[in-house]
Formats: sequence, C-alpha cells, structure tokens
Amino acid sequence: MLVVAFVSFSLFNFVGDPINNMVGEETSDEERAELRETLGLMDPIHVQFTRFVINASQGEFGISYQLRRPVSDLIVERLPATIELVVISALIALVSGTLLGVYTGINRKGFLSDIILAVSLLGVSLPTFVIGILFIYLFAVILGVLPSFGRGEVVDLGFWTTGFLTISGLKAIILPSVTLSLFQMTYIIRLVRAEMMEILQTDYIKFARARGIDEKSIKYKHALKNGLIPVITIAGINIGTLIAFSIITETVFQWPGMGFLFIQAVQFVDIPIMSAYLVFIAFVFVMINFIVDILYYFIDPRIRVKGDVASG
Amino acid sequence: MSFLKINNLSVDYQMRKETVNAAKNINIEVNKGEILGLVGESGSGKSTVGNAIINLIDEPGKVSSGSIVLGDLNIHENSERIVNYRGNKIGLIFQDPQTSLNPILTIGEQLIETIQTHLQLSKEEAKNKSINLLKEVGIKDADKRFDNYPHQFSGGMRQRVVISLALCCEPELLIADEPTTALDVSIQSQILQLIKKLTKERNLAVILITHDMGVIAETTDRVAVMKSGDLVEIGITKEILTNPQNNYTKSLVSSVPPTNKKISRFVIIDNKNKGNKPNNIKILNRWQKRKITSQNLVQVENLSKSFDDNFFTENSKNFVMAVNNISFEIKEGETFGLVGESGSGKSTIAKMIVNLFKPSSGDIFFDKVNITKIQKKSELMKFRKQIQMIFQDPYSSLNGRLRVKDIIAEPIKLHNPSISNSELNSYIFDLLESVELIQNSADRYPHEFSGGQRQRISIARALATQPRLLVCDEPTSALDVSIQAQILNLLKDLQEQLNLTILFISHDLPVVRQMCDRIGVLKDGKLCEVSNTENLFLGPQNEYTKELLRLMPKIESIYN
Repeated sequence: MLVVAFVSFSLFNFVGDPINNMVGEETSDEERAELRETLGLMDPIHVQFTRFVINASQGEFGISYQLRRPVSDLIVERLPATIELVVISALIALVSGTLLGVYTGINRKGFLSDIILAVSLLGVSLPTFVIGILFIYLFAVILGVLPSFGRGEVVDLGFWTTGFLTISGLKAIILPSVTLSLFQMTYIIRLVRAEMMEILQTDYIKFARARGIDEKSIKYKHALKNGLIPVITIAGINIGTLIAFSIITETVFQWPGMGFLFIQAVQFVDIPIMSAYLVFIAFVFVMINFIVDILYYFIDPRIRVKGDVASG
Repeated sequence: MSFLKINNLSVDYQMRKETVNAAKNINIEVNKGEILGLVGESGSGKSTVGNAIINLIDEPGKVSSGSIVLGDLNIHENSERIVNYRGNKIGLIFQDPQTSLNPILTIGEQLIETIQTHLQLSKEEAKNKSINLLKEVGIKDADKRFDNYPHQFSGGMRQRVVISLALCCEPELLIADEPTTALDVSIQSQILQLIKKLTKERNLAVILITHDMGVIAETTDRVAVMKSGDLVEIGITKEILTNPQNNYTKSLVSSVPPTNKKISRFVIIDNKNKGNKPNNIKILNRWQKRKITSQNLVQVENLSKSFDDNFFTENSKNFVMAVNNISFEIKEGETFGLVGESGSGKSTIAKMIVNLFKPSSGDIFFDKVNITKIQKKSELMKFRKQIQMIFQDPYSSLNGRLRVKDIIAEPIKLHNPSISNSELNSYIFDLLESVELIQNSADRYPHEFSGGQRQRISIARALATQPRLLVCDEPTSALDVSIQAQILNLLKDLQEQLNLTILFISHDLPVVRQMCDRIGVLKDGKLCEVSNTENLFLGPQNEYTKELLRLMPKIESIYN
C-alpha cells in the first residue's frame, strides 16, 4: 500500500507543475508562490509524503483540478456505479464460469463442450472494447432492446445510488456487466475444466468409485469441492482485475463510474483524481486478497488445522 | 465351489497404433477365507486383473473376453450390476493411503456416505457402525477421530481408515492392490496382520496384489505369478516358493535377497543375461586405484541437523531434529549401510556428507580433512570429485533433455576441462560398458531407457569423476526385484574391482544384509546400533533393531 501511495504521490509532484494547472494565465508570480506556500508544496519531500499518507488514510485526496470539487466527494459519488457493475459481472463470471467449466470438464468430448471452448477462446482473444462495441451494435442498434450507454434511472438511497430498483437501470447494467465478465468467465471455465479433469483422475476419486459411491456425488461433492480451491485464488485476483478492466468497459458504455472518471481525469491531467484512483485500486486488491486468505481457512481443512500434526 | 472364479479373462488396451494385451486368458479361483497372492513385476498386469474384477480399468483399456463369476452370478454381464457390487460385495484397497482419501472431507463423512450408499441405515446408525469399524481396524479414540480430516492421520493410520472404508459395507471379496508398499516395515506388518485377522473373522476372500515376495511368503495361502499379462504359475504359496516349476518364477524367487544368509552374488536366471560371472570392468585401465588401507575414509563426529520450518520463531514447536548427535566412521573399501524407517534421518546424513546440506553442528572428516569447514570453492571441488551420489528415483535424477553422453560428459568436463573430444568419447564408452550398457546408448535420451537402465546411467555418471566414496540413497527401491538383483550385482562388482567405498542407504533390510560390511541402525535421527552385518542380523543388541528384524517380511518363513 505504501509503495502505491508513494507512486501516486510522485505523480502528484513530478508530473508537471500542479500550480500551472490550477491557476489562470494572468496570475502573477507572487500569487503563485503564495498558493504554493498555502498548499505546502515548499516543504521537504518526506514531510509532504507523510502528509499525503495521513490525508489519504482519512480519505482526503485534495481537490480535483478540473471539476474544482473535493476528490473524495467525486469518488463517493461514482463509487456505487462501479461497485454495482463489478459485483454483477463478478457474479456472472463466477457462476457461469464454474457451471460451464464443470460441464466441459465432465463431458470432455461432447459437441457442446467443444462449442463452449471455442467461444471461450474468442472471449480470451477479443479485446474488451471490441466485444463491448459488438454488443452495442447487436443489442442496442440492431435489436434495440437494451440501452447502449449510461445507468438508466437511478434511485438515491442517501449514501448510495442504485440502478437495481428501476427497470431501465437493470436493463442498462446487462450489456456492460456481460462485456466485463466475459474475459474472466472464459478464464474460469478453462481453470475449472482443467481442475476437474485432473481431479477425476486422482486416486481418491478412483477409490470412491471402487466403494460404489454415486457418480453424481463423486463429481459434484468429491471432485468439485477440491476443484474450487484454486478457483478462489484466481477469482480473488481477478475481481481486482475486473475493476481495472472496468475503465475500458465504462468508457465504451459511458458508464458513470470511477473508471470513466479516471479516463476523464487522464485527459485533463487531473492528478488528484488519478492518484486517488490508484490508491483506491491498491486498497481493493489488498482487501480482496485478505478476504481470499480468510476464505481459504474455511474451505481447505488442511490450512485450518495446520500445526495440529498427524498423531496416532 | 470357489467363491470367485475368473475365467479366461483378457484385458486389452487399444492404443493408437497397436493393441496391448495387459492380461491374457487369466484363470483364477479364490475361496472364502483364503488369501490369494498375485505377484509380478511392474507391467505384468497384476493390477489390471484386480481392476478388471470391479470394472475400473482406466481408459482406453477394456475387458475383451472372459467372465468373472462371484458366487453364482457373472458380474460382468451388465455394467449396472458391477456398479452395485462395488463397495457392497467387493472392497478395494489401493497402494498409497496418502492419495486414496479425499482431503477435504472428514473420514466420518466419507464413511457415512459409503455406508448409506449401500445399506439402508439412518445417519446415526451409519455413524455408530463406522465408529465400531474404526475400532475394529485399530484406531484409538475412534469416536473423537471420526471428525478428523485425512491429513491428520499418519500413513499407517490412513491405510487403516482406507481398509475400514473398503470393509464398511461388509463385502465378501477384498482386493488389496499393494496395500503396504508405501508404508514402513513396522506398519506394514501391522496392516498385514490386520488383513489376515479380518480374513479369518469375516470369512473374506482376499486377493493381495504385491511385488514383494516376503509379503507373499508371510501372508498368502496361494499365489499366482504373472509375467507380461500371462499367468505363468498358480498354486499353494509354499510349493511355488520352494519348488517353482516355471523358469520365470525360478528367476523371481532367486532374485529376492535372502534374509537369513549372505550370498556373494544374486543368481540371475535369464536367458538374455550373459551369466553369473562378474563382468569385465573396462574403466579399470583408467582408474587410479586406491590401495585398501584399514584407515577411515569418512569420519562423522557428533553430527546434528535441525530443520525449522518457521523462519521467524526459532525453537518453535515445529522444530525438528532430523539428525541428532551422530558419530560413525566408514573404512576405506568397505560398504557401510544406514538403515531406518522413513523420517529416521538417513537421507539427511547422506546429503550432509556430499555437502548438499550444511550440518547444524558436528564435523565430517573425509580423508582426515574436515569438509564442513571448507570455505574456498576450489577446495570444495576437490572433495566433490571424490564423493559421488546415486539417487533413489532414476526417473527424476537424470535430465530428460540431455543425451546420455552429455549427462555423463558433464562431470568429466567439469573436473577436467582440457579433455579432448576423442578422449572424452572413449571414456564415456568405457563407462557405459562398465555398467553393462551398449555403446550406442550414448546418443539416446533417458526416456528411452527402462528404470534399471537409467539407474545404470546414474552409476556411470557417478563413476565419471573416479570417486573414492559412492553414496547410494535407496538405489534400488524404485526397481523390480530382478532388476534390483542386477544392479546390486553391478555395484558389488564395481566395488570389488575399483576398491570403492560405499555408503549404502536403504530401508530394505534383506538388501542391506547382502550389500554391506557394517550397518548403522537409525531411529528418529539417533543412531541405535552400529555393528558388523552378521553380528547385527544374528545377535542384535538394541531393542529397536530386534523389532525391525522381527517384523521384516521373510521369504524363508515359508520353509518353517
């Protein structure tokens, strides 16, 4: 976290002169110097950095150059859109990825498996924005059933604005979330498939068969449970990536989330927003990995009782 | 009337180019209350027969002809029936208890699920039944351990759980596929006793598949010998082992290291092999032969090694003393054996002597120089040249991407960079010939060779630097008995003619008896007893040594 904080802090300081961006052209040198002093830009680097970290940990990232509003306000405003998008696409990716992965892992030679794998190859190789544009063209332009941009109507719950409560909001989320999830989904399909195929070859599956256990139970209880352990690791990392990928998807669909905000910030060299975004993403990555580690503890008994060495 | 009848069973593996007959026209009968041994070397089809009975042959194999009759029913008539028989009428035990239990389900869950699949019992009844069963197979505190996961059990205990799983629905036929191969001698004998006991008490018909003639001799009533898919001989165990009719059985029995006496060479009955004379060792001309003195070549003093898997807190509870204050010496020209069960620290000692591990404390003197204190790399190289190692697994100890000649050339060039190409080639050819490999092996890759041949390549590589000390870490435990006999003969010849000193590490007592002049017995990192081989086998002093000797499966037990 500190490293990322330092990088975003460096952005702040070394990418151009922030004062130049903030003030108009006719500001005098004295006024500039005064502004520098009040903003604390004359202090030594480490003092500035400490201040940056302290502020950041309290959610203070300064004021957006472009929009002239506190960055924290902007983020809180945009956060729900991104979170909703990412959660929905993570769910799509996990659920359908696992289901299809199990199917293709068990019916290795089926016709349908071949089709799923061929399509998943497309999912991996086509860039997200191409898929997004294809979807817009197909569903919004030709069929006209789904909106091509925006969040639709949103309901303000005070601390959170949601699109889940209106039909137009729900419709609006379908295309971007499917687009976003496609890459992760194909990834998960292939992973689950490989895991299932490997596990169905292991001795304990063979032994379970030899005991006459039901095929269904062997596949869905004995094999799948073991197969999901690595999926959780990958999924954890990938949810982070989803947020990163959402920059592109949000731009394509004009989704008013953080990624879109970031792209706009980049165009206007709006350093506070960029650095805040970086710190935020890093924070999300760390949190997700932490959660994954905790999940491991519940899922894999070998970790839970580590140190409780075999006895008897 | 036999309980199980296998009539003319054939199993084919349909490969891309050819069809492999893994079993050809096998006829076997097993009675209730009887243990039938199925013995053979790897690839003989013994496991295939076991798997065929419950129709669990891996793809692309399938039963191509024959019938299997259990009681009065042909259980292969339709595939539905055989699925119902699995676990219910027929129980199966696999070789490796580490991998045959599902790691993320408790043993209780696995037992209850199996019981409820076959018997109409409530969860509570199934639980009671499993706990009684666990007690029967000798698991203490069965009701508490019921909710444990497989990794919380040791290897032997896990195999007991596996047995209880195989028996939980009261099958009448038990197929045990190498049930003790992955276990230590003491645990092996417990498991075999358990199988014997259950066979009597429950009137089971048992097929015990193994490659270990000692196990066959001590456990089975009748034995069937298989060779490359054929059943070559079947009969009462005692008759087969004492008076084998078939040539293959004869060679198999004679390859087994006897436990009661030391023989100078293994008798090898095989038409392909030249005979039983020591082979001519070609590298002798190049070898700077050492005179055998009665001096100590290796002296180990108060050697200790501890492993701590926790980086931050030393002296934590994970602290393991792998080797604990050990002293012994190896005389020039002798073979010193280190025996012990898994985890006794024998391989750790070997790795410290060849300088792959740094000892935690203590000294190792090689030719009167303390090799643990050597700092300079060039000094160390001198010793590395004189000490070479042969590893257990011939499959992973050779680099699969290098030709055999490059594998052997590497150590030669390392220690003698100025060697000319023609000289190098003739050296390699001599080495290959000394280990009884033909010259054109040099241009082939390791995967083209069998396990025994690969181990010969390892030996050639080790000899390339003309070492004085050869450290052999379980050199034959991955090999079949007949191959083992050949490799052990080769090592003996090499030692005799080249005056090599050998540190021979093994868990296999009969092998150690044949190979070694003196033996050290290790237990939990401590040296229990060091003694001359004959003294050790005839009059062991230490309690643990006595126990080990008592438990070792003896092929001779059949004569009593």
